[in-house]
Amino acid sequence: MIEVLDPGALTTIQDLGRPGWAHLGVPRSGAADPRSLRLANRLLANPGDAAALETTLLGPRLRLEVDAAVAITGAVVEARAGDRPVPMNAPVYLCAGQTLELGAASAGLRTYVAVRGGLDCKLTLGSASTDILTGLGPRPLRRGQRLAIGPTPAAFPDVDVAPIPALELEPRLGIVFGPRADWFSAAARRALTAAVYTVSDTSNRIGLRLLGPELSRVRDGELGSEGMVAGALQVPPAGNPILLLADHPTTGGYPVIAVLATADLPVAGQLRPGQRLRFREAPGGGRIR
Amino acid sequence: MSDGGAPPAAAGGEVVRSAASGAGPSREHDAGELEVRRAGDRGFLVEVAEHGQAHALAAAARRRFAERVEDVVPGAQTVLLRWGDPPPTLAELTAEIATLDLEAAAVDSRPPLTIPVRYDGPDLPAVAGALGLGVDRLIELHSQGDYLVAFMGFAPGFAYMTGSAPELHLPRRQDPRARVPGGSVAMASTYTAVYPTSAPGGWHLLGHTDIVLFDPDREPPALLDAGRRVVFEPR
Repeated sequence: MIEVLDPGALTTIQDLGRPGWAHLGVPRSGAADPRSLRLANRLLANPGDAAALETTLLGPRLRLEVDAAVAITGAVVEARAGDRPVPMNAPVYLCAGQTLELGAASAGLRTYVAVRGGLDCKLTLGSASTDILTGLGPRPLRRGQRLAIGPTPAAFPDVDVAPIPALELEPRLGIVFGPRADWFSAAARRALTAAVYTVSDTSNRIGLRLLGPELSRVRDGELGSEGMVAGALQVPPAGNPILLLADHPTTGGYPVIAVLATADLPVAGQLRPGQRLRFREAPGGGRIR
Repeated sequence: MSDGGAPPAAAGGEVVRSAASGAGPSREHDAGELEVRRAGDRGFLVEVAEHGQAHALAAAARRRFAERVEDVVPGAQTVLLRWGDPPPTLAELTAEIATLDLEAAAVDSRPPLTIPVRYDGPDLPAVAGALGLGVDRLIELHSQGDYLVAFMGFAPGFAYMTGSAPELHLPRRQDPRARVPGGSVAMASTYTAVYPTSAPGGWHLLGHTDIVLFDPDREPPALLDAGRRVVFEPR
């Protein structure tokens, strides 16, 4: 077991989410940066979809009740086990009784803390993920809570350290125009790939509100509610786009001017309030085969 | 690497009209003339004419694509198809959709779900006033409707139902409530719904039911899904 001494700002349990239930109004949820979660699990020879902790800006303080291997990936933090610094992107072997403490992220927003064997928790519709929109899944971590560790996988970790490119300060994210790009003026479509947007501080796992040029419509009227995908750039009448993330509602009534390339979703999951970003049209329509 | 050279941004996103059925006469459930739009590199949005066509397309697509497609989401005038792995190209999908037999998939043989309702909602007098009806007539009209779940959304298990009498159509409340209790039977615009769990909401509350519409630990988790018929039974 792992005891939560301090939960940090907002720490949730995440795996790869619950796809397949969107037609009932159930968001997919799952890690906001699934690439970092997969990496953490791979470093420990866990199944790629094992549940781990996802922090938000300020990490938790945990006490291990058993010997365990952990891996820390995602947003860059200083982590310490007792007095000893703990490297990121590498399997680290800790002893029973040791305290693992994560500081504030210096780049990126969400750090993943995986443990060999994965976190063992009740599944809701096939997933251990906390969905902050609907409340499905376990609640965010609380002080004093104890987390169970799953069975040790048969495979052994075979990577010492994973080379990870640094997170970009002002990333340029690939988009595919549509499905409702025809609701917007040509000027709005040009602005989307030319302008610099800033992540507003009202952003969360549901979506990022982006501040920048307003995207004007050429069509009035209402769009009937339609299915939404993660990465959709939804544009309310005021014209500031909302970039939908893991816990996004399954349907929405605002037109979507463009959708982020799947390969760039993990980058979006690491954007901090105040951070700047730009968009570019994804090569091959985001379709690299 | 590309998908058939369809025009990019300048055209406002790729849109292809499926036309595989050729010059055949247009039928109500003909899949030959559906417009397919890209929704990112893993999704497609298919435009349909009406709810029945959306439900038939969703059923036929689930059968045809089975495990290959992760989510099939009917909307008010669309069906979203989302792949987990790289999907077919827009041209491939459009051609395949044109071959779906929507006539065969259009049949929903399930009996209507009966939802017992106690018509004691806080908005009954105001709604009756706004519609120029008596409360008794309002309840009578609402409980006599044959409802159809058009699509799901907003919250797990939340069904947008069509079929309310035109005399009952009323815009949402001016000031939404911070908390609508779970089980509330409500209406707004042309839709009726039951809030599965407590949530903020701007719909008019007519009554409540004790039926649990959504329970993630139950099989099936939601009692309603798109295409299901519903009747309300006053208690």
